[in-house]
Amino acid sequence: MYVSTKWLENYVDTKGIAPADLAEKITRAGIEVDTIIDRSEGLTNIVVGHVESCEKHPEADKLNICQVNVGEETVQIICGAPNVATGQNIIAALPGAKLPGGMKIKKAKLRGEVSNGMICSLQELGVEGKTVAKAYAEGIYVLPADAKPGTDALSLLGLDDVILEFDLTPNRSDALSMLGVAYEVGAILSQDVKLPKIEYAASNEKAEDVLTLKVEAKEDNPMYVAKVVKNVKVAESPLWLQNYLMAAGVRPHNNVVDITNFVLLEYGQPLHAFDYDRLETKEIVVRHAVEGEKITTLDAVERTLRAGQLVITNGKEPVALAGVMGGANSEVHDGTTTVVIESAYFAPASVRKTSKDVGLRSDASTRLEKGVDPNRVAEAAERAAQLLTELAGGEVLAGAVQFDELNKESVRILLSPDYVNHRLGMKIPMDEMVSILERLQIPVEAANGQLIVDAPTRRQDLRIKEDLIEEIARLYGYDEIPMTLPIGESVPGGLNSFQEKRRLVRRYMESAGLYQAITYSLTSRAESQSFALETAPVTELLMPMSEDRSVLRQSLLPHLLEATTYNVARRIDTVSLYETGSVFLGTQEDGLPKEVGHVAAVITGKWVDHAWQQENKKVDFFVMKGIVEGLMDTLGLTEKVTYAKANHDGLHPGRTADILLNDVVVGVLGQLHPSEQKKRDLKETYVTEMNLALLLAESAEALVYEQVPRYPSMSRDIALVVSKDEAAGSLIDIIQEAGGKLLKDVSVFDLYEGDKVDEGMKSLAFSLTYFDAERTLTDEEVVTRHDKVLAALKEKSGAVLRG
Amino acid sequence: MEQQLEQLKQEALQKIEAAASVKELNDVRVAYLGKKGPITDLLKGMGKLPAEERPKMGALVNVVRENVTTSLEEKMELLEQQAVNEKLEKETIDITLPGRPVKLGNHHPLTRVVEEIEDFFISMGYEVAEGPEVEQDYYNFEALNLPKGHPARDMQDSFYITEDVLLRTHTSPVQARTMAAKKGEPIKIICPGKVYRRDSDDATHSHQFTQIEGLVVGEDIRMSDLKGTLALFAKKMFGEEREIRLRPSFFPFTEPSVEMDISCFKCGGSGCNVCKKTGWIEILGAGMVHPNVLEMAGYDPTVFTGFAFGMGPERIAMLKYGVEDIRHFFTNDMRFISQFNRTEV
Repeated sequence: MYVSTKWLENYVDTKGIAPADLAEKITRAGIEVDTIIDRSEGLTNIVVGHVESCEKHPEADKLNICQVNVGEETVQIICGAPNVATGQNIIAALPGAKLPGGMKIKKAKLRGEVSNGMICSLQELGVEGKTVAKAYAEGIYVLPADAKPGTDALSLLGLDDVILEFDLTPNRSDALSMLGVAYEVGAILSQDVKLPKIEYAASNEKAEDVLTLKVEAKEDNPMYVAKVVKNVKVAESPLWLQNYLMAAGVRPHNNVVDITNFVLLEYGQPLHAFDYDRLETKEIVVRHAVEGEKITTLDAVERTLRAGQLVITNGKEPVALAGVMGGANSEVHDGTTTVVIESAYFAPASVRKTSKDVGLRSDASTRLEKGVDPNRVAEAAERAAQLLTELAGGEVLAGAVQFDELNKESVRILLSPDYVNHRLGMKIPMDEMVSILERLQIPVEAANGQLIVDAPTRRQDLRIKEDLIEEIARLYGYDEIPMTLPIGESVPGGLNSFQEKRRLVRRYMESAGLYQAITYSLTSRAESQSFALETAPVTELLMPMSEDRSVLRQSLLPHLLEATTYNVARRIDTVSLYETGSVFLGTQEDGLPKEVGHVAAVITGKWVDHAWQQENKKVDFFVMKGIVEGLMDTLGLTEKVTYAKANHDGLHPGRTADILLNDVVVGVLGQLHPSEQKKRDLKETYVTEMNLALLLAESAEALVYEQVPRYPSMSRDIALVVSKDEAAGSLIDIIQEAGGKLLKDVSVFDLYEGDKVDEGMKSLAFSLTYFDAERTLTDEEVVTRHDKVLAALKEKSGAVLRG
Repeated sequence: MEQQLEQLKQEALQKIEAAASVKELNDVRVAYLGKKGPITDLLKGMGKLPAEERPKMGALVNVVRENVTTSLEEKMELLEQQAVNEKLEKETIDITLPGRPVKLGNHHPLTRVVEEIEDFFISMGYEVAEGPEVEQDYYNFEALNLPKGHPARDMQDSFYITEDVLLRTHTSPVQARTMAAKKGEPIKIICPGKVYRRDSDDATHSHQFTQIEGLVVGEDIRMSDLKGTLALFAKKMFGEEREIRLRPSFFPFTEPSVEMDISCFKCGGSGCNVCKKTGWIEILGAGMVHPNVLEMAGYDPTVFTGFAFGMGPERIAMLKYGVEDIRHFFTNDMRFISQFNRTEV
């Protein structure tokens, strides 16, 4: 909403307050003033000129040599506009003038002819093109015949104005009108509001004699008022009216249309003007459209209507889409003489739906869909009738054709000052509350320590006590509210165990060298289930904005890989990213997908990178496995976790493992399949994804310290030659089983596959640590135990002892 | 003999003094103190002396031997020290070479902001509550005083899954769910999470972003409590000197509703490009919980009151760190994320 401070001055006295200060006061009281537009900013030395003669430039087809009377003298100005002509009053920017954007006008020569300035279009003065009347949209602006040469053109054009752009919240539709703004500003400045005086002489002829009205859709149209005005002369509106419209961002058309728009802006009540003669039937019927019915709207678009949309008809065919846009067939045109002015209350929901369905939002629909003031519907029609007599020579027929079942009662709210103060934590005296409500022109009475408030219908946002508390508080000033903290029992705050452990997981992942990523939950259908640990029907948007963001993910990896590719493409060869987030599976009883927290990671490039000491190591499976093992250790799950060779789509068949927690698969870890790597422009890349919910649901055991060894341990090494297929893990299992209680630890310290062992074989070396917490072990004990281990290995794996 | 002894001593001390290495010094020791050395010889020759002179001479010889020994030891220590120093000198490295990198990742900047906010409110006795990202229309809108067809629904264009299920447009449904679950009990929660709106991604819009909201419900919660809480929060998050101001606003689920500005942390309020010359920066929306919301969740609004507030970590991170494009948060460029690796304290 654009509010011209010059226009506003007609309704409330703001003299002596700078527009910026006014804007600040309005903002602090509740309506945010987004921008302050000083329309005269940068404009100087711009006067009214009278074109005394206009001749073609001998050297240039498109230029005219004009002799322009600019008051004290007549000067020559060269003008290239196609519509310049002798006898016009025009806007002349004289040498020394400044125009918006910093352009300076100087005396100049154009193709040999002197030009003492410039004849301007409105756009050249900073007026938005879309608000300039069509007649002048492509050329210079022509001022009225009574404009006096040499006088200031800015004030004549209403450009000596400052416009406040309001950013209105949906509840303050009352401020979608100049009068609504006047009430607000009046309350802030403690000033009265001056309402327009509506007086005109009506004809003896009655409206109801020439027009009948039938409202069939009463629910959606509880009030309809039609005024009939005869002998209208359609013409250009007076400049002051056009100026106001342009200031509000509305393009002037002709006096009839301009008047309806002016009243819409003044009262917030949308009006529509029909050409009475083009209605043909002398009848207005308001009803719901029939499916498939057609109407061509004012914007020359033919629209097919759907059942239930509210239309104004002439009894036969639609002439307007109620509250949204008029029809072309009944549009007021230059030859119109009799006008029907419609002012109606259309149900907000109906207008909203129709406007949404047809994709048309107009100044009318934005007001109607929020609910206009029921008590101003008829008044707005009268205001338009008055202006039609004053500005279009119209003759208003007596009375109105109307249907009215609209509730116009105000809402009574009882409020105790204690209630207000208790909720605000303040001590505002009751008479101060009364005074604030009175400044807002809200009827209020104080009786028996209570406030009896009748919320006016123009303020549809005032319904309950809390609404009034806000009115009182915002005008009393939010700065006056003291600062306190909630009183009452204090309870310990904190994270639950899942949240706490999720933080632990993040910190661990970061300490392991991974950076946290946050990717989008929405993905493409094709990628939604790639790498998923578990698949279920996907959750799909009804109306996606693009295929790439049309369904919810079931794995975090596709987007993490996308981020990896993004980085690699920018020559960041080493990427290590992890993410914690939800995947979305199927549909539960409550209609929502199951949301499961996951953690995933991607690494590619170098893991050790210490160039000047020539220490470089590429990432491999065991880097990622180490990260996973470390995570399990951090979560206290090491004893419960196993790894099993696995096969997954998109992963390297020989380098992939399932991660099992208590023998249930909770995750996967492996190398990206080389074909996937190629597809994604990645080199060797390792990934993991785990079901975080399952991991974190498993509780770790209490941490009780184990005594630091007091007795020495003994180490024995074993080197074995086994088949390449033999898993180290199963050899360790055999060693551990045979080693029993005394075997404290087994670790792999060498792996060799090469010339020194037979084809298809490998050599593995283990280091075994024997230990007893209670005593020093004897050599014999260890030898006996170790021999058992060797025997078990031979028997169970067919391993051959090496060396 | 005494003379001879004195001469011997001088000689020995000179050679000790002159020794340039541990070896040379050892040679001196062997030469003078060894079994075949002159001092030993002198001691051996004592037998030839008259008995009454022997003790005197013996004492003299011992003094000389002690003198020489002490000098030797002192010199030895010195030479050893020199040897060590020489060795260390040879071991000198270029300490300006870079160290071996410690591989460390770090939080995403949004997590950094969210955790900072969480931790402040946890310290004030709040619990962290979370809820589903795919929500029922009821919790996302209706329970928050936004019935179907409500004009304020336009403020948040939504991604619907079915007519009744959508991607949550704010984290407020967590408040509605918590109230419904805690029927009648006081509540103090903070709700962080991802939210979704039908926006085309550009420098200032993202179809997915983050919100963090707070809710306090109790029997005597006043608007002054909201203001006091937010003022403390602003100081903790943006610096001790921050002032706050409340401006009236509108949210369907609160009444009165406010927006909170903080005095600009860059210019301190004098006006700069961060605060767009106003001295104030809009940080969050808040208000007193609307009686309809309380009632729908089973709280008697004549007994219970509450306040709620909500903010966008993206906006806060953009302001704090000067990030100019919201898309940076979701591109996951390592060169971006890795910058948020250090403390600001």
